[in-house]
Amino acid sequence: MASQVPPRLLACWVILLAVLLRVILGLHSYSGAGVPPKYGDYEAQRHWMEITINLPLSQWYTNSTQNDLAYWGLDYPPLSAYQSWVHGKVLQRWVPEAVALGSSRGIETPRSKLALRQTVLASDLAVYFPAAAFLALTLHGARLSRQAITTLAQLLLGPGLILIDHGHFQFNCINLGLTLAAVACTLRGSLLAGAALFCAALNHKQMILYFAPAFFSHMLGTCLQQRSAWGKLFLLASIGGVVLASFGIVWVPFLATPGGPLPVLRRIFPTARGLFEDYVANLWCASSLAIKWRRLLAPSQLLRLCAAGTLAAVLPAMACQLRRPTRRAFLLGLANSSLAFFLLAYQVHEKSVLLPLAALGTLGGPTAELAQYVGVYSMLPLLRKDGLATAAAAVAVAYAAVLGTLRPALPPAWRAARAVFLAGAAAITVGFWAVPPPPRYPFLEDAACMAWCCTALVCLFGYTNVLQVQECWGPGAARRGRHGKRKGA
Amino acid sequence: MECRMPSVWSILGLATAIKVLLVPAYKSTDFEVHRNWMAITYSLPTSKWYTESTSEWTLDYPPFFAWFEWALAQAASWADPAMLEVPRLNYASHATVAFQRGSVIVSEVALLAAAWWACRSLGRRAQSLALALVALHPGLIMVDHIHFQYNGILLGIFVASMAALRDGQHLLGAALFAVLLNFKHIFLYAAPVYFVFLLRHYCRGRSAPSRFLLLGCIVAAVFLLSMGPFVTRGQAGQLASRLFPFDRGLVHAYWAPNFWALYAAADKVLAAAVRRSGRWLPPTARMTGGLVGTAAFEVLPPVGSRATALVTLVAMAPCLLHTWRFPNPARFPQAALHCTLVSFFFGYHVHEKAILMVLVPGAVFVVHEAHPALANRFFFLTTLGTYSLFPLLYRPEEYSIKVLLLVLYTASAPQLLSWQLGTPSRLHTLPGAYLWGLVGVEAASSWILPYLLGSRLPFLPLALVSCYCAVGMGAALIWSSFSYISPPEPKRAPH
Repeated sequence: MASQVPPRLLACWVILLAVLLRVILGLHSYSGAGVPPKYGDYEAQRHWMEITINLPLSQWYTNSTQNDLAYWGLDYPPLSAYQSWVHGKVLQRWVPEAVALGSSRGIETPRSKLALRQTVLASDLAVYFPAAAFLALTLHGARLSRQAITTLAQLLLGPGLILIDHGHFQFNCINLGLTLAAVACTLRGSLLAGAALFCAALNHKQMILYFAPAFFSHMLGTCLQQRSAWGKLFLLASIGGVVLASFGIVWVPFLATPGGPLPVLRRIFPTARGLFEDYVANLWCASSLAIKWRRLLAPSQLLRLCAAGTLAAVLPAMACQLRRPTRRAFLLGLANSSLAFFLLAYQVHEKSVLLPLAALGTLGGPTAELAQYVGVYSMLPLLRKDGLATAAAAVAVAYAAVLGTLRPALPPAWRAARAVFLAGAAAITVGFWAVPPPPRYPFLEDAACMAWCCTALVCLFGYTNVLQVQECWGPGAARRGRHGKRKGA
Repeated sequence: MECRMPSVWSILGLATAIKVLLVPAYKSTDFEVHRNWMAITYSLPTSKWYTESTSEWTLDYPPFFAWFEWALAQAASWADPAMLEVPRLNYASHATVAFQRGSVIVSEVALLAAAWWACRSLGRRAQSLALALVALHPGLIMVDHIHFQYNGILLGIFVASMAALRDGQHLLGAALFAVLLNFKHIFLYAAPVYFVFLLRHYCRGRSAPSRFLLLGCIVAAVFLLSMGPFVTRGQAGQLASRLFPFDRGLVHAYWAPNFWALYAAADKVLAAAVRRSGRWLPPTARMTGGLVGTAAFEVLPPVGSRATALVTLVAMAPCLLHTWRFPNPARFPQAALHCTLVSFFFGYHVHEKAILMVLVPGAVFVVHEAHPALANRFFFLTTLGTYSLFPLLYRPEEYSIKVLLLVLYTASAPQLLSWQLGTPSRLHTLPGAYLWGLVGVEAASSWILPYLLGSRLPFLPLALVSCYCAVGMGAALIWSSFSYISPPEPKRAPH
C-alpha cells in the first residue's frame, strides 16, 4: 500500500540513516587493529598524516631516516598527501599524540581512534554526500523524485564503501565522491568541470584510472559530435588544457623538489609488485587456480598481457561511446571500463571492487543491487581479517531493507539471479563453517569465495556490455537512452 | 510522493542490523550485573541465589527474572562457560559480549510479537507500523542495546497483558501481569489501576464473588510459584530486603526527570540563597555524588518512601476514580500507562530508564487507538523521554549515535502515524516550542556549559537536563490526566 511522504523528509531520512550506519560502524575494529609491528591501512593513513605535517614536502615520497618508506611509505598521488596534511593539522590541534613524529607509531588509544574515524566521516560528509546528491538530482531531473531518492540511497547506503571507509579505514569517499561529481558535471554537459574533477579524483587515488577510458571516450565522442571541425578541435583543446592545468596545479609543488616528480611516480605505480594481491575476485586470480601465471610468465610479460587484456575488454565500451556518446552510454561505459580493469588489470586489490560498485550504483536498478552483494561478499576474506564480518552482514541487510522499500519490486529474472548468488555465497560460508578446510589448504574458502564472485562479476560484465552495445547499435537505440532510463526495470 | 509502508522484513532487518552493529558499543555496569546473575543462577542452588554476595551487583530482581537468567545461562554455557563462574568479576570475553548482546536482541522478540499481537485486529499495515515504532524506538535501543538491559522481554509481557485486558481476556491479562511483577517488581507502578479495573470490569454481576476468587487464585498461584520456594526456606525477609532497598534515597545519582528533580533543584537554589544571606547551614548535607547514595536536602524537608507513595496515589486518584466509575476496556491501556507515568513522576528512587515503561507500550497503543490527540501526546512524551536518557551514554563515541537515533525517530514517527490517522498530526505551538527548546538544552548541557565550567560543577549540565525534562513530564502528566478524565473526542476513521 502506498502513502504520501514529503520527498524532502524521505531524502533526509536516507541521509541520516547513512550517517548513523557510518558512525555505528566506527565503533568496530579496523584494518590491522592490535597487530604490531605493521598494523594495517588504518596505521598507514595515520602515518601519512604524521609524515606530511612533520616533514617538508620534498621528503614526503623519499626514503630518509625520519621517513622509512618500508613502513607504510606514501604511495598515493599528491592529493592524498595534501588531504593527509589537512587531517594531520586538524588532529595535531585536538589529539597531538596521534600524529607526533615517530612516537605516534601504532597508537591505538580510544581518543585517537575516535578522532581518526571522524576525519573519514568529515571527508565523507564534505565530499561524497554532496556529490551523491548532486548526481542523483542530475540523473533524475532537478526535482527530488522517487528515482532520485532511490539513487541517493543506492549511493549512500551501498555497503561496500561504508565498510571499507568506516570499518577497514580508507578515504575512498574522497576520490569516489570527486568521480561522482565529475560524472554529474559531464552528464550536465559541463565537460570542462567534469574533466577537472576527474583529474582531482585521479590525483587522490591512482585506481580512479579504471574510469579513464569511459571519460576519455565519452569526451572525445562528444567532441566528435560538434558540427564544425573548429568546434571539435576547440572543445578537445579546451578539455586537454583543463586536464593539463589540473595536473599542473596538483603537481607543481613537486616539480620544484630536487628529484622532481619521478620518485613520486615510482611510488604510485609500483609495477614491481605482483599480478594480484591476496584473493581478489578477478580473472587472473580465479584462473590462477588452474594456470600458474606467475610461474609461466615473467612480470614484464604479465604486465603486457594484462594491459592487452584490459584494453581488449574496454574497447567495445569505448567504441560505443565514440559512436553515440549518450548519457546512458556514459554510465554504462563507466561500469564496463571499471569492471574490465578490475577483472583484467595488473596488481588489483580486492578493495578496488568499490570502483565498479560506484559506477553500477550510478546506473541504478537491479544490476547495482546485485553488484553490491557480490562486492561485499568478494571482500569477505578481507573484512573477516579485520573483524568486520558480522558488521558486513548487518550493513548489507540494512541496505537491502531500505532499498527494498524504496525501489519497485525486482523483476523475476533478477530475483532469481539474486537468489542464486546469495544461495551460493551462503553455501560456501556455511559449508566451510560446518566442514573446515583441510590444514593443507587453509585458504580454500577464500578461493571458493573469490571464484564465485569472479563468476558473478563476469556475468555482470557481459550483461552491461550487451546493454552498452544495444544502447549504441541495438533496435530503438535512437529512441531510448537519451534520459538514461531503463524499461521494465 | 508515494511511498510504500516498509515490509515487515524490511523493518525487522533494519532494526536488527542496527542492534547487531551496536555490539561493540559502550556497555554500562549493567552488563556485568547480568553476567553475574547468570553465573549465580547457573552455578549455585536456588537457596543461595538471594544470599550470594561475591559481587557488589547482587541479585535484586524477583525470582522469575532469576529463572530467565538461568535459562540464558544454559545457552551461555555453550558460548563461553567461563562467564558463568561467580568469582570471575568483570569477565567480558568476545564470546561473552556477543552472547549477552545477542540474548537481548533475541529476547526482544517477545516485545515485537506482543506489539504484532496487540494490533492484530487492525491488519497488516498497522501491525507493521506498530512494529516499526517499537523495534526502532531510540530509547529502547539506547537502554537495551547500548547501555545494556533486558527491557524488551519485560515490556513485551506488559504490552501483551494490557492488550489482553483491552480485548476482554481478563484472566490472561491478570496472569500475565502477575508474571510480569515476578520478573521485575517496578511494574507495581501500574498495579493500582489493574486492581481497580479488574475489580470493576471483571468482578461484577451475579458471579462477582466467584470471579474475584478465581482471579485471586490465579494471581496467588503465580506468586506462589515464584516466591514459594524461597519463602518456605525462610528467605522471605532476605528476598524483600533485596527487592526493596529503601536505603537508596529519594533520587538517583542522575536525577530522573520527575517531581523530585525539581524538588532537589529547588533545595539547591534555596540553600545557595541562604548561604548568600550569610546564614550557616549544617555541613551534613551532600549532593548525591555516589552511584547509590542517600540524598539529603539542605533546606527543604526530607521525603521518605511512604510520603512518595501517598503523593503518587493522590496523583493517580483522578484516573483510578474514573476507571472505577467507567471501567472501559478500550481505554484501559491508556489508564495503565497514565498511572505508570504518575508513578514515574512521583515515585521513590526512580531511574530515568523507567520512562521506557510508558514510551514503548505507548508506541503500540497509539497505533491501536489512532487518535490525533493521543498521537501528539505520544510524540511529545517519547521525544522528551528519550532525550532525558541522553546522559546515560556519556562517551563521545556514542554521542552522534544517540542524537541520530532520536532525530531519525522524531522525524519519521509523526509521518508514519499520520498514515494511520489519515490526517497529519501537528503539535500545538507551546509543546512544539518546548521540544525545540531541547535543542538549546542539549547545546547548553553538552557543549556550552562544559566549555564554560571546565571541570567545575560537573552536576550542573545534568541537573539542567533533568529539570527541563521534568517540567515537560509534569506538563505531559497534567495533559494526560485531563484528557483521560474528559470524554474522548470523536475518533477519526483511518482512511
